[in-house]
This record gives sequence, structure tokens and C-alpha cells, in this order.
Amino acid sequence: MSTAAHTPNAPHADAGAEPEPSYLVNKRGLRSWLYTLDHKRIGVMYLIGITLSFLLGGAFALLLRLELFSPGAQLWTENQYNQLFTLHGAVMVFLVIIPGLPAALGNFALPLQLGAPDVAFPRLNLFSFYLWCAGASLLLLSLIVNAADTGWTFYTPYSTTTGTAVVPAVGGAFVLGFSSIFTGLNFITTIHKFKPKGMTWFRMPLNLWGIYSTALLQVLATPVLGITLLLLLTERILNIGIFDPALGGDPVLFQHFFWFYSHPAVYIMILPAMAVMSDLITTFSHKHIFGYRFIAYSSIGLAALSFLVWGHHMFVSGQSKLAGMVFSALTFTVAIPSAIKVFNWVATLYKADITLKTPMLYALSFILLFTIGGLTGIFLGALNVDVHLHDTYFVVAHFHYVMMGSALIAFLGALHYWYPKMFGRMFNERVGQVCAIFVFIGFNVTFLPQFVMGARGMARRYFDYDPEFTLYHRISTIGALFMGITLVVSFGNLVWSLFKGPKAPRNPWGGTTLEWQAPSPPPLYNFYANEQPVLYDIYDYDDLVYDEKEGGYVRLPGKKDPPTESHEP
Amino acid sequence: MTLAIYIFVPLVILGITYAVVHGLTVRGPFIQHHFDDDVHQFDSGKLGIWLFLGQEVLFFSALFVAYIIYRHNHPEVFAYAHQYLDVKMGAINTGVLILSSLTAAWAVRAAQLGQKKLLIGLIIVTLLCAFGFLVIKYFEYEHKAHVGTVFGKRFVPHEAPDGRPIHQPDATPGKTEGGAPAPKEPVNTVGGTKAQPAPGAAPGTPAPGTQPVVPEDPSALRGEPASTATGVGVLPALEAQKRAGVKIDTHASALPPPNTGMFFTIYFAMTGLHGIHVLAGIFVFIWLLIRACRGHFGPRYYGPVDFAALYWHLVDLIWIFLFPLLYLIH
Repeated sequence: MSTAAHTPNAPHADAGAEPEPSYLVNKRGLRSWLYTLDHKRIGVMYLIGITLSFLLGGAFALLLRLELFSPGAQLWTENQYNQLFTLHGAVMVFLVIIPGLPAALGNFALPLQLGAPDVAFPRLNLFSFYLWCAGASLLLLSLIVNAADTGWTFYTPYSTTTGTAVVPAVGGAFVLGFSSIFTGLNFITTIHKFKPKGMTWFRMPLNLWGIYSTALLQVLATPVLGITLLLLLTERILNIGIFDPALGGDPVLFQHFFWFYSHPAVYIMILPAMAVMSDLITTFSHKHIFGYRFIAYSSIGLAALSFLVWGHHMFVSGQSKLAGMVFSALTFTVAIPSAIKVFNWVATLYKADITLKTPMLYALSFILLFTIGGLTGIFLGALNVDVHLHDTYFVVAHFHYVMMGSALIAFLGALHYWYPKMFGRMFNERVGQVCAIFVFIGFNVTFLPQFVMGARGMARRYFDYDPEFTLYHRISTIGALFMGITLVVSFGNLVWSLFKGPKAPRNPWGGTTLEWQAPSPPPLYNFYANEQPVLYDIYDYDDLVYDEKEGGYVRLPGKKDPPTESHEP
Repeated sequence: MTLAIYIFVPLVILGITYAVVHGLTVRGPFIQHHFDDDVHQFDSGKLGIWLFLGQEVLFFSALFVAYIIYRHNHPEVFAYAHQYLDVKMGAINTGVLILSSLTAAWAVRAAQLGQKKLLIGLIIVTLLCAFGFLVIKYFEYEHKAHVGTVFGKRFVPHEAPDGRPIHQPDATPGKTEGGAPAPKEPVNTVGGTKAQPAPGAAPGTPAPGTQPVVPEDPSALRGEPASTATGVGVLPALEAQKRAGVKIDTHASALPPPNTGMFFTIYFAMTGLHGIHVLAGIFVFIWLLIRACRGHFGPRYYGPVDFAALYWHLVDLIWIFLFPLLYLIH
């Protein structure tokens, strides 16, 4: 039975003669954006903030790499170097990757994919955005005052004794945590309460499964970070002694608390990336996803396992041997759901009719880079190997393959994927494709040498190094510069296309999820009042054909009836 | 840091004012446009508040974990230090909170049945209980500040748990005696300065002028070597005290074990965070009171009362765990 997903109960102008204006222009002026409750506008505001933060964090990274071009001091003093890597890490983790996919693109796509007019709590959504702004300002305030030099992990006892501005940085991370919690809370409620009739849990787009798992982690893990940072703040301001061994406190307890959040946080970053991957790969393969249920369950499985492995960050922090073994064994189990996903994506590609558009190029990069990042994680999860590799560039390379090579590449892929829907314009495809390939090359040039030098003993966070590592550092720096330029060009392409790009069709890629039934860009309540979305099988591509005149895909009329309830498993 | 406060606090105040004004100017029937109907809105809100409560439980969880670990590491500290807590006051507070939970639950029923006057009355009783709780808590805190049983480094008790004075060489004798109102800070901080980073300076940097000058190092009291010199003129005084035969030795049984401050760190962190939640609850119930007076609630729209009551029950429940864990241990 085909179902009109949702009918908003607000009155509509009689649609028919005049199409409703898109969400971008239905109200004008700065005020209409700052007070908006529309999830799409909030998503776009997040996107702008996150992109700016990304460029800032990227600039910090390049400044670090330039310093490391040769041994000895180049541009900065030792302390400035410490401040730079702290800011690079904190900005990228707390301001870019954690909110990137869920808050910016998830905000935009989630209600559309549900065929719903908005998220469950629009005001809370706007509040989350302003919390993000407040947290970002605090974090950057630390930069202006006297940037923290603790590393983004704020380990005690250094963070309670250093003379730099740790308080604003930690306060910023605390506020950002609440932004994340409220976003997660909002998304879980939206998915539960706004699934249209006929869309069962196992007929949801896989993107929503991923966002749901992410949101669970945001709600259940972030509060622990919140209280930890709050304790750190009181320790620093009031000297309560909770992490101070001189007063009976335990600094390692901070690490336990911190990683109890920050390991799940890794999945807050990677799960939405995997989620959007499932949608990208199946759309550009024009083929039903392989192993739907396995991918869905593996998202939940990863979310659950992520709570049980935090100790693998602390193998050399004086944790007991038994705890080390248990955490190591549990860490290996993470490989199972991760591998399930990769195998299913590859199986989806098998014998598919693949279109190599920009988002798909990013998706294929993702598969390769995530595989490398995931497999090197197994090295680090093995106890004895970790003792050798701990705090070396091997670790740096590993988590950059996962954080940047996977999460950020997926963010770029998703951004290009939904860009036509967001702004109603197509970007320059050729430039996009070239950038995608160059980002992939630049990324590997940057980080592959870091595996080698890490394994050979180059410690992370070091300002200076032995001359034997010079070659690796030089290759890495050149790769980083190359990638930085490519990324700027890539964002430039998107900005240029806002004004000069050709008009986007409704369904440029042949996607089957509900957002592609909405106009590009959608009106205020996402769908025209007189044409609510119709629910077909979410991964059935047979009825979609490319239409030259439209410039996108259209559904063949009447060839196949929409699925009935009896088709449900 | 000061700049952060100047920027951040007005922003938060503006935001809250905006939200309150916005909330008060909303006109019925209070169904937001994107919900199908009132049931849909209520169900969504209910799921939302439950998720929020789950979040709250985890927010407190780290403190409970810290409690378990430190109690396991220093059982003697907990056994000794809990005697400083006033079970009577804690018990009264438990009763007050349970009563307020009852009135909160009853308020939900009143809202559902549209009994406006009863609803207003019950919200007022809940508010009074919440205020009462905080007032009692204030007296407990004040007593601790007076006696010197404060967190961490500042744990310098003037009294043993049984009320006998632990004689301490005080820089300002007489301040602890007499009925003078005790300052909120530990009395032994000279000049009443708080450990606050100097404005403009890097936060948290121990600026020499602003550190509390503890007249006696607590570790010295326990017969350990002084760990740090905390202020000018302290150590000579201490030495003099030791040479003078030290009265405290006669109370050997009452001497606090090492790191007793840790108990009060945990105590203040847990009850302080709980107190902040009570305070937040007060704001929520004031907001509900205003809306109830305007007749916003009825059988078709009572979600906010229900959600606030759920939150209040959780705050109550956390206290029900805190009370035995802190006051009733042996």
C-alpha cells in the first residue's frame, strides 16, 4: 500500500498554481536564518560553521607539517608546536568530525529520508546549534588567550598544572558535548516517532540505521565526557584533588573516564560515515544493497561493542594485565562488524552498473582507506605490538586513516551527494572527480609514510626528530600540502557552483530514498502539500531510468506497483 | 577566562530569557506544526524526556564510579569522614524530597484532570520542598565550611566528628569561636580569598597572591612531613606548634586518616551536582507555575508537567542513592 508519509497539520496555501518557495528563499533576511526552526536551514548553518572549522583545523595541520619538514626548529617554538597540535586535534574532533555528519548532513537528510516535515524537537535543534557556536567560541577563545598545550585528550596531571588556557578549551568541549547529546536525543525521537506508516525498521534506509546507532552513542557516552570535563574544571579551578595523587586522587581514573566516552566517540565519527556509505554505494551501483540486515545489525553491534573497548587506549598506563588481555580480546571483536560492512559493500559493487560520479569516487576511497585504517587497528589492539607502537606515528597514521580517510572522506562524499538537494544546483562534476582522486592520492602520500616511520620508532607529538626520519616527514608534508590545496579547490568548486552551477533535477543520482522525491531544493515542509512522498522498496532500482530532458532519474510510471504490506518479511 | 565569562554568561542569560519569553507568549492549542496531533506530540516528548533522563543517569554515573573506586582504595577515609555528616539533616532532606516527588506526581494527575487550582497548589508545594531542600543543604555546607571539613587540600578540620575541638594553630584565633557568622569559604583562608585564577592571567595558574594561605598543612597534622610550603610564615608556626608538644596528640583516635579530604571531594562533587539539578528543577517548576496560572494545561495538553515531574523523580532518586552512600556507611 502506498502511503503518504506525513501530513503536516499547518494550513497550506493552495498548491497547484504556484509552487511553494524553497526553504532557502521562503523567508529572507539574517533574522529568518538565526531564528529558524527548519531542520534544513539549521543543517546549512552547521555546514557553514563546520566547513570554516575544517579549514581552520586543516590550516593548523599544515603549519604542523611545515614545522616537521626538516629536523630542528623551523617556524615555531616547542610550546607553540604543542599548542598547534592540541588545537588541530581539538578543532578537528570536537568541532568538525563529531558534528560533521550527524549534525550538519544528518540534520538535513534525516527528516527528508523519513518523509517527515521536521525533526521531533525543532527548538532543541536550534538550541544545539547555538550550543555548538558557544562551544566553538570558547575553544577558540583558548586560542586567543593562551592556547592549551595538553593535546586534545586533556590528560591529567599535565592539564591541571600547565600554565596555558585549559579552562576555556575544556569548557568549550563540555558545551559541545551537550550540543551533541541534544542532537542525538532529537534524532532518536525523530526516527522512532516520525517513521511513516509502511516504513518498518527493516525498510528504513541504512543511513538512518547508522544515524540511529550514532545518536544512541551520543546520548549514552557523551554525558560521561561531560562529567569528566566538569571534574577536570573543578580540579583546575578549585583544586578538589579528585585526579591529584598527592590528595589520594587517581590521574589514571581521568583516562578511564575520558576513554569511556572517547572510544565510543570514535564510532560517533565513523558510524554515520559508514551509514552514508551504504547509501552512496548502492545508489551509484544502481543495485540492491547486499546483506541489508547484516549491515543494519552491524551498526548496532559496533555501537554496543564500542562501550567495551576503552581500555585499549591504556595498555601502557598501568592497567592490570588481566584488564589488558580482556580489552585486547574485545578490541579484536570490533573487526567482525566492521568487516561485515566492508564485505557487504564490496558484494554490492560486484557485477553492478557503477557510475563513477564524485560521491562514488569518495565512497570507493572510503572502502580502501577504511580497510587500511581498520586493519592497522588490529596491530594496535594486540598487546605486545602495542607496547612497541604506542605513541608513535603508527598510531597517528592509523587514526588519521579512520578519522580523516574514512569519516571526513565520507563527509565529503555525502556533501557532494546531497549538495544538489540542499542548494538546487549541480556542482562541476569534472572538477569534483579530479579533486576526489587527488584527495585520495594526497591522503596516502601524507599518511602511508607515517606508518613506516612510526614502526621505526618516530614518536608522536615530537617537535624535533632524528635526521633518519627526514625523508618520511618530507614526503608526508608534501602530501599534506597537496591535499590541502585540493580540498580548498574542492570547496571552492562547491561555492562557485552555488551561483554558477546548472539547476539540479529532483533525482540527479538515481537514489531511491525519499529525499529524492522532494523538489531540489525542498520547500519549508520538505514536500509539496499536494504531493506527499510515496514509499517504494527503498533499494529497488529497477523502475528508475535516466531522463535526458530532466537531467536526472525518473520513475517509470505504472511499471511496478509500490510494494504492499504483505511483502514485508 | 574572564573574557570567556563576559561573553558566555550574557549569551546564556539572553538565551534563557528568550526561551522563557518565547515559551510564555506561545498561544494554544500548543501543538507544533510538524506533529500529527496531540498524542503524537506527547509521545515524542515522552521519549525525549526518557532519553534525557538516561543521559542524566550517565552524567552522574562517573561520580558513582569515582565513589566506588575511592571507597575501595581508602575504606578508612570513608569510615572516618562520614561521621562528620549530619544524618538527621540528611534524613529530613530525604523526607522533603520524597514529599516533593509525591506532589509532583499528583500535579500531573491534576493537570490531566484539568484541576487548575489543585495543580497550582501542588506546584507551589513542590517548589517549597525544593527550596527547603536547598536551605537545609546550605546549612550543612555552611557547617562544613565552619568546621573546616572541605574538599581536597582545604580539609583542615577544627573539630573531630564527635564535636571535640581539634586544636589548630590558627592565624586568626577567635574566628572559629564565638557565634560570628561563618564565611562560606573555609575560615582559615586568609582574607577570604578564593582559589581563583587571577583575571587576565592564564586560568588555573597558581598565582601566588590568590592561593588560599592555609595556616597549617593538613599532612603535618597527621605527623607526616609537610608536603608543600603553602604560604609564607606557615612553616615556622607549624614547627613552633610541634615543639610546643601539640595538643592534638591527646585526641589520637580522632585524628583523620591520610587523604580524608577525598571523601569531601566526592561528597561536594556529588551533592553539589545534585544541588545544581535541584536548582534547575526550581526554574522548571517556576516556569510551569506561570503557565499553570495562565491555564495552559488540561486533559489534552499536560506534557510539560509530566516531563518535569519525571525529571524531578530522577533528581529525587539520585538523592535516595546519595543519602545512604554518604551518610549511612560504616
